Amino acid sequence: MAIDTATSAEGTPAASPDGAAAPGAPTLRMQLWRGDESGGEFVEYRIPPQEGEVVLDVVHRIQATQAPDLAVRWNCKAGKCGSCSAEINGVPSLMCMTRMSTLPTDEPITISPMRTFPVMRDLVTDVSYNYEVAKLIPAFTPPPRPEGGYRMQQIDVERGQEFRKCIECFLCQNVCHVIRDHEENKAHYAGPRFLMRLAELEMHPLDTLDRRAYIRERMGVGLCNITKCCTEVCPEHIHITDNAIIPLKERVVDSRYDPVAFLGRKILRRPAPMTADEVAARTRTARHGTASRGNGAPGATGAAGSHEPGPAGG
Amino acid sequence: MAGAPALSEIERHDYDVVVIGAGGAGMRAAVEAIDKGCRTALVCKSLLGKAHTVMAEGGMAAALGNVWPQDNWQVHFRDTMRGGKMLNNWRMAQIHAQEAPDRVLELEEWGALFDRTPDGRILQRDFGGHRYARLAHVGDRTGLEMIRTTQQRAVSLGVDVYMECKIVRLLKNADGAVAGAVGFYRDSGDFVVFSAKSVVLATGGVGKTWKFTSNSWESTGDGHALALWAGAEAIDMECVQFHPTGMVWPPSARGLLVTEGVRGDGGVLKNRDGERFMFNYISPYFAAETADTIEEADKWYDDKVNYRRPPELLPRDEVARAINSEVKAGRGSPHGGVFLDIASRRSAEYIERRLPSMYHQFKQLADVDITTDPMEIGPTCHYIMGGVRVDADTEMTSVPGLFAAGEVAGGMHGANRLGGNSLSDLLVFGRRAGLAAAERALGTPVDTTIDEGQVSDVFKHALSFLEREGGEQPYDLHHDLQDTMQSLVGIIRTESELAEAKEKLVELGERAAKVSAPGGRRFNPGWHMSLDLESMLAVANCTTLGALARKESRGGHTRDDYPKPDPELEKVNFVCRYRDGEYTVTPEPRPAMPAELAKLLEDGDHAAEPAPAGAGAAKEESK
Repeated sequence: MAIDTATSAEGTPAASPDGAAAPGAPTLRMQLWRGDESGGEFVEYRIPPQEGEVVLDVVHRIQATQAPDLAVRWNCKAGKCGSCSAEINGVPSLMCMTRMSTLPTDEPITISPMRTFPVMRDLVTDVSYNYEVAKLIPAFTPPPRPEGGYRMQQIDVERGQEFRKCIECFLCQNVCHVIRDHEENKAHYAGPRFLMRLAELEMHPLDTLDRRAYIRERMGVGLCNITKCCTEVCPEHIHITDNAIIPLKERVVDSRYDPVAFLGRKILRRPAPMTADEVAARTRTARHGTASRGNGAPGATGAAGSHEPGPAGG
Repeated sequence: MAGAPALSEIERHDYDVVVIGAGGAGMRAAVEAIDKGCRTALVCKSLLGKAHTVMAEGGMAAALGNVWPQDNWQVHFRDTMRGGKMLNNWRMAQIHAQEAPDRVLELEEWGALFDRTPDGRILQRDFGGHRYARLAHVGDRTGLEMIRTTQQRAVSLGVDVYMECKIVRLLKNADGAVAGAVGFYRDSGDFVVFSAKSVVLATGGVGKTWKFTSNSWESTGDGHALALWAGAEAIDMECVQFHPTGMVWPPSARGLLVTEGVRGDGGVLKNRDGERFMFNYISPYFAAETADTIEEADKWYDDKVNYRRPPELLPRDEVARAINSEVKAGRGSPHGGVFLDIASRRSAEYIERRLPSMYHQFKQLADVDITTDPMEIGPTCHYIMGGVRVDADTEMTSVPGLFAAGEVAGGMHGANRLGGNSLSDLLVFGRRAGLAAAERALGTPVDTTIDEGQVSDVFKHALSFLEREGGEQPYDLHHDLQDTMQSLVGIIRTESELAEAKEKLVELGERAAKVSAPGGRRFNPGWHMSLDLESMLAVANCTTLGALARKESRGGHTRDDYPKPDPELEKVNFVCRYRDGEYTVTPEPRPAMPAELAKLLEDGDHAAEPAPAGAGAAKEESK
């Protein structure tokens, strides 16, 4: 999906009936991307500012007064659900946690949908890739609960707790070059959010499963080249690269190049790890449930099972 | 835009159990139904994992006894009933108190990482109305932990998820039992029909009916409305909780929740003059268990046996009314709230560790550093105690095959919910609803033949908003509805204002039926709002009628003209029904409590034994 930079001020009245503008404050010029998978453009809306607003407030006022069918995904408006991710002046952010006072108002403010995922409509993207990857994660596997319950020390749960702050806004997935610029990698790369989830499971004091071969072969941990873009955009300030992905890479490499383990593999002729295609074949590809909806939207089927390049990227 | 689609072209699915709503209760219900071998669908209005449960902060109440071994289900039951001003369904309160610990331990078995005690068990924190530190928690993001854990569990079991799908109406068979549901995908606008032997409503709350609310956009009372329209009943819809501590500034953040954990961890309420005013608002009902001096209150954090709890930790209805009174008396903060101060009482390191989300929320949205400055807070619409009437053991409504669990169900919390009892409610009754729904689906055969007439009526109705031209904007109507409910059916109510609201709702109902949603079917928020408005109007009508009928003050329902509880009205539920296009409310007797449970409520104090050395979650440093 190429997002045009063309600006079209299409019949947008400068004054909003809603709310009092701060006296002397300039009218905001908001350029919102409008369109669908077949294309679109930035449309400018002019609206007076109000005190203490975040970007999502302004988008909602535009929706309520000028563009009732403007598509925007949001839920909590409190930075806790991770629904309203978008690119604000090109910076991937949560609309609900970006205060207008942090943006320059002497020039237009642009808001576009996340680029890595196929556009559905306006600011809403099809993030089903993430839900398909989530299905591929081998589940948490604890030992049976002992009499009196599990015991874990605070210091041991804190590593996992950092990763479990994740609100699944998918901004880290959005900025990860491995998939942002290479749609084809979605078929064999989990992305920072899910590498972090795997790190969390690997570091969970109670987990018993060995996922290392799977992480290397299917989840594509080797593709991450540690540019730390994910860490930079994380609204929860999780140290995704340093605390999750790098330790995960080390863990996987250790098992791969440990000479004893290598010999063990040779001698015991353990079965090779499942290939990506094998895993994909076992994965349901429908976005909604088992039955395909066939809504025809590009990228609507699970990327994990799809080898067709989607329209995003580039 | 084409008209109603041909019935033969509609996407259809057949399931044993369809769960509507994917917050804590819906997810837990789905897990249970799958575990019992049912083909199960989970239908949610948003993406999976975004439901309002993520916003729960403080914790999940369960008498694990990890911090205070004196705690047990009987004390939890007593606290819940007293907090609910005795209007609770006693059986639900009992089941909840008994089963909550198992549900917490089960979450841990599914991968949840709760904060720990020094000996490695699940740590529990103090909250309003709970005799002991009882809330299992993860900092101040317990809801996120719960939703992610149940979500990951459900996904690992292979649940079929239908995301961004709004259910418009339930379907019934010729026997009057539920047979399925009709909805549409919000992204594509395409309709979908589910047939099912059991349907579980787990749609959450109604907060978006009010102007200042802690609730997300989804909380429009869809489940309440679906149940009523299908012939089920709702009870005590007048009992709405205004959480005492919502943000009041900046305007765009007004209503956002500030966790009760701030007070549980030592925060206190002050008025403009710096006075800890809560000492002036200790009602006789709680006087025996509440500290009446600052000295005693401050000692309680470390010694819960010999000292009584601070008045800041009275149940939410008491605190919300007190704040309201202070502001009305002109002793409020600059932006019309009061001050919540933890900065002067705990170290910055302690605050950032215990309340990280609150720290970031204030820093980012209000430019306030809560480790150095007090927060400005005021009441915000948070939770509805009333809801769909269910059987306490199975969560089935009066419509066979239709179940309800979580906030959408009524009875568990009476007239006021204690903090922390919601997350445990979701899991305890979500599980029970899923179990009973599965048993019904796997038991005697259910006729799930879909009445195509019902289906095409729903299509026509839903599409009418898109096809109508020149009508009012749904957003404008939503503003008017919120203004009406906020100003006339808010935290303090009177006969004349409620009567005015009742009339206004008639007018708003007529206008809502004629709104227009320009644009197409694909992800069109104006269209979604048109349909959500119907649900919100159902809630608004029931709450207003219930508030008119309940001529007393009890818990979250406060009547200025009837300021005291009426012992006669303690004995009744106000039951809402939808018949022939009208909402009605009638008083009906509540089930009586068995003598052995009633006795638990009389035994004032279960803290006879001394606390062991080293107990006390809040025994950390305080400054």
